[in-house]
Amino acid sequence: MKPGSEVVLRLDAITKRFGKLVANDAISLSLRKGEVVALLGENGAGKTTLMNILFGQYTADSGSVEVFGQTLPPGNSRAALDAGVGMVHQHFTLADNLTVLENITLGVQSLFGWRVNKAETSLKIRRLSDDFRLKVDPDARVGSLSVGERQRVEILKALYRDVKILILDEPTAVLTPQEADDLFATLRIAIANGLSIIFISHKLHEVMAISDRVVVLRHGRRVAEVDVADTDKTALSGLMMGVEAKAPDIAVARPGKTLLSLQNISTPNIKNVPGLCDVSLDLKAGQIIGLAGVSGNGQAALADVVGGMRMPSQGVLVLGGEPLAQWSPRKAVQSGIARIPEDRHKTGTIADFDLTENTILEGYNSTPFSRAGWMNWSKARRFATDIIDKYDVRCPGPDTRIRLLSGGNMQKLILGRVLEADPQIVLANQPVRGLDIGAVNYVHSQLLAARDRGAAVLLISEDLDEIMGLSDVIHVIAGGRLSPGFARGSMTPAQLGIWMAGQGFDSADLDGEVAHAS
Amino acid sequence: MEILDILISASFWAAAIRIATPLILATMGELICERAGVLNLGIEGIMVAGAFAGWMAVYSGTGLWVGVAVAMVVGMGFGLLHSLLTVPFGLSQHVVGLGVTLLATSSTYYAYRLALPQVTSPPKIAAFQPYEIPILSDIPLLGQALFSQTPFTYLAFALVAATSIMLYRTPLGLAVRAAGESPAAVAAQGLSVTAIRMGAVIVGSGFMAMGGAFLTMSAFDSFFFEMVNGRGWICIALVVFGSWKPGKALLGAVLFAAFDALQIRVQQTSLGADIPYQIFLMAPYILSIVALVLVSRRAEVPAALMVPFNKGER
Amino acid sequence: MRLEPIANPSLGRSLGPPALAVAATVVIASLLAMVAGANPFSVLGLILKGAFGSQFAALETLNRATPLIFTGLAIAVAFKAKFWNIGAEAQLYAGALITVVLGTGALPWPSFALIPTLMVGAVLAGAVLLLIPAILKTRFGVDEVVTTLLFNFIFLLFISMLLEGPLKDPMGMGWPKSARVLSEARLPRIVDGLRLHWGFGLAILCAVAVWVIQTRSTLGYEMRAVGLNREAAAFAGIPVNTVLVKTALMSGGLAALAGFSEVAGLKGSLTLDLSPGFGYTGIIVAMLALLNPLGVIVTALFVAGIFVGADSMSRAAGVPTYLADMMLATALLLMVLAILLTRFRVVRD
Repeated sequence: MKPGSEVVLRLDAITKRFGKLVANDAISLSLRKGEVVALLGENGAGKTTLMNILFGQYTADSGSVEVFGQTLPPGNSRAALDAGVGMVHQHFTLADNLTVLENITLGVQSLFGWRVNKAETSLKIRRLSDDFRLKVDPDARVGSLSVGERQRVEILKALYRDVKILILDEPTAVLTPQEADDLFATLRIAIANGLSIIFISHKLHEVMAISDRVVVLRHGRRVAEVDVADTDKTALSGLMMGVEAKAPDIAVARPGKTLLSLQNISTPNIKNVPGLCDVSLDLKAGQIIGLAGVSGNGQAALADVVGGMRMPSQGVLVLGGEPLAQWSPRKAVQSGIARIPEDRHKTGTIADFDLTENTILEGYNSTPFSRAGWMNWSKARRFATDIIDKYDVRCPGPDTRIRLLSGGNMQKLILGRVLEADPQIVLANQPVRGLDIGAVNYVHSQLLAARDRGAAVLLISEDLDEIMGLSDVIHVIAGGRLSPGFARGSMTPAQLGIWMAGQGFDSADLDGEVAHAS
Repeated sequence: MEILDILISASFWAAAIRIATPLILATMGELICERAGVLNLGIEGIMVAGAFAGWMAVYSGTGLWVGVAVAMVVGMGFGLLHSLLTVPFGLSQHVVGLGVTLLATSSTYYAYRLALPQVTSPPKIAAFQPYEIPILSDIPLLGQALFSQTPFTYLAFALVAATSIMLYRTPLGLAVRAAGESPAAVAAQGLSVTAIRMGAVIVGSGFMAMGGAFLTMSAFDSFFFEMVNGRGWICIALVVFGSWKPGKALLGAVLFAAFDALQIRVQQTSLGADIPYQIFLMAPYILSIVALVLVSRRAEVPAALMVPFNKGER
Repeated sequence: MRLEPIANPSLGRSLGPPALAVAATVVIASLLAMVAGANPFSVLGLILKGAFGSQFAALETLNRATPLIFTGLAIAVAFKAKFWNIGAEAQLYAGALITVVLGTGALPWPSFALIPTLMVGAVLAGAVLLLIPAILKTRFGVDEVVTTLLFNFIFLLFISMLLEGPLKDPMGMGWPKSARVLSEARLPRIVDGLRLHWGFGLAILCAVAVWVIQTRSTLGYEMRAVGLNREAAAFAGIPVNTVLVKTALMSGGLAALAGFSEVAGLKGSLTLDLSPGFGYTGIIVAMLALLNPLGVIVTALFVAGIFVGADSMSRAAGVPTYLADMMLATALLLMVLAILLTRFRVVRD
């Protein structure tokens, strides 16, 4: 269906500041009926902020939002929903203790009334999931669903309200390539049913595949608006990044001896999060191993085992040829394992500690930072100052509370903290999540440098492009099981996607595999 | 043998239900707060304030039910204060809760001293009297225990049913349960987490105050300092014991009260004569701790309990 | 509304809200005094005069501040690690109990041996008492708020049992009261002729020691890390449960010193009204001091001054003494809000 001319949504000169940072600088945008507009930009370009303003979760400093010709009152999600705008957030907004049906109907009816007939509601949800190919059981508890299913619930939440405009914030980030294709099929059905869609992404091929028009944001500004028919990936990439940011060059890996070996490791499931199931993996010097997979498939358990947070219930960890009897975070650090945690805000740093205190978080207990139980703060402060200089952490000084730093600078401090001691093994769990392109390249170049220096690097990421770009060997994790290792360039995204979906483990005859796990 | 005789006597169970009533009311109040994600440690003080307010209202000439309403309104006032500080400002629920308990207790005592400066022993009011429900109260044992109580007790049981229906059968309850589990989900559906949480704390505090009022208006007929005596803290334990479910919490309160009634009676038997009475008084508190130890490991705590929600946090 | 962190708070931003909180507390107290039919200015004046107006009053305030410094430190240490010890009242009595058990004749030693022994004994008793909730928390996941609160009731009943049984003073004319401790167990006065005992000096010493530990030792660093972010602390390799147990031992020990100092320094014997809620008031002392150990000294003097002043004000002006408790509860609530506002800006959103 060709986009009609009726404008359903108009953002007019939206400006939003957070302190000194201008997140949105007079951004305008319009959406016509039956159209898919992609909002393209790197992390930190202001896409999510703009959509949160449209959806009433932030109030703009100036500018207005018009839906079907009516101006929306600012800062009111309810008004946006009532006007027919639905949003699928990047971080799902679902309550785990409630059923799918309860999550979908939450807030739909007036709070002060009786619940409408459950059978009727259930029927409507089933009809929607059939029509839009969003298969999910209305009576299942959300806590027990996979990531893909949760996203379907998010979309159903919007469709159930009969929205006319659907906003999807990085919807493919958590999906396998096949699931992403299914999502696109759903979106096409939605368009055919007269919906209009704003699709937020930083992945060019997706933008080219699904959208009619692209609006490019960079550093909070709208830098371009083009019809997809009139452009190509290279042009879009240039628009998105401004000056061409160079991805690091990758030299050929020269794997050395095995530094850490996981042998038939299993860990118990915790609630609905799978543990590991008979996983064997060798981390070798001078090699980056990439762990691909949909989130919630055992990555956390593997990271915990390698990082010392968890002792496996079965199997053996062999470090430098010695089987480990005891394992703890402190032991891991002392054994030369650099750990970059998945969530730098919650686990990587202490928000109200200053940079000095955060820099010595893992090393405070040993010289030179302390002796016989007493701290040496001047040594600690000097170390922090060195890290700040060497790793280019932009901050007012080592006495700043880390809460005030941007994600990129926070991550640089963590990198400095763990890499400064020349670790043998680097565990990088989602190391670039949420970072802008400059910081991404910086982190990647540091990981490559560590590899070239002879460290074994385990890179865990949900971003398949990142995994494929950086890893010398790729393993896929699904349902707590680990695939064989695939050499760089031996697999297409679609082939990896099959493994990510948990197929392929039982029919071990796919192309390009190096049998490894037994 | 004596203990067995006690356990099968109707008067024992009637006493247990009477002792349970204030706990049931306040436990429901705390449960509503916690289900929405707010720990309300103001409970002890709010019960004190409710006990005084209801009794004082009746003493000043209002009807009994008006007294109950006055207690509830006073409790809701303290709930408003608590929720204002803990919800939009996200201040420590521990500190604010203890602060509210201190404020409610001290302002109650202050008001008492101002209202009755001269008295040495507090005056009595005409409290709620037992009302035997026709037919039902004739059932052996059960009728005496359950259906010969004061109307205030019947109200407490009705409130448990109402709380349960509200939580599990209405859109409002759905929103409350979601607010305690994932406030982001509530906000994304266009509802105000702040309003839901504040509402839950305010209403819950009203229930707590009613629990206090039961002490002065039904269990006894007068107000004494220290009369709440840690009941609020026990209710917090009961919420955990009841896994945040109204029915289970009710059961816990009745069991607890039965134990309390039992220790009172055993004190008066020959067995009790040799044991210091303090041991009996300690028993309910110890029981609460034991119960917590038994259930805490596998308790399904609301995921967002004590986690403040700041809309659009970056 | 939304809260936005402030990068570099100005001086006005740092001092304004707390100053306003103090002012608002005074205004509210004045209004309450007016409700009681008194002149607010004279009431506030009487409180001030009653607290610091004479040498006698000032010494009384210092004496009242002594146990509050101990319990305030106990709370400050625990809350810093977000270990919610609300049981300082029980721990205080545990310290007092050991003091009378060992100090009434069981150990016929001279002062230089007896007093340190009693101190150590008291610290151990308080520490062990808080160890139980700490282990229930780290082992079984039982919330320490409820257990420490319930322990207050249990332990006071236990004391009552002892005072009516084995510890009862035969010369006490039937009152539930212990025998008096030996004169060798009594803390001497700091200055001859002035009614102020060395318990106060010990309290100041403890405050300085706690401050040094918190800011200079690895344990202090661990305690702060655990308090601010347990998950990150555990990830970094800090043994969270061990730190919590150490915190509990320290907190319980400090609270118990309050009981020791009250018995050995002031009262001489153990009764059920040894503490008019010093354990609970310690929470206010610690919070008003922003959990800073040196600040605890100042806020304990302030809180003690209000109590002592309110007592004499009440006698003179006929306003109930509970005004003091209300003022402190108000100050506590307003101060936590004010501290938030020094670090965050409220923005409309």
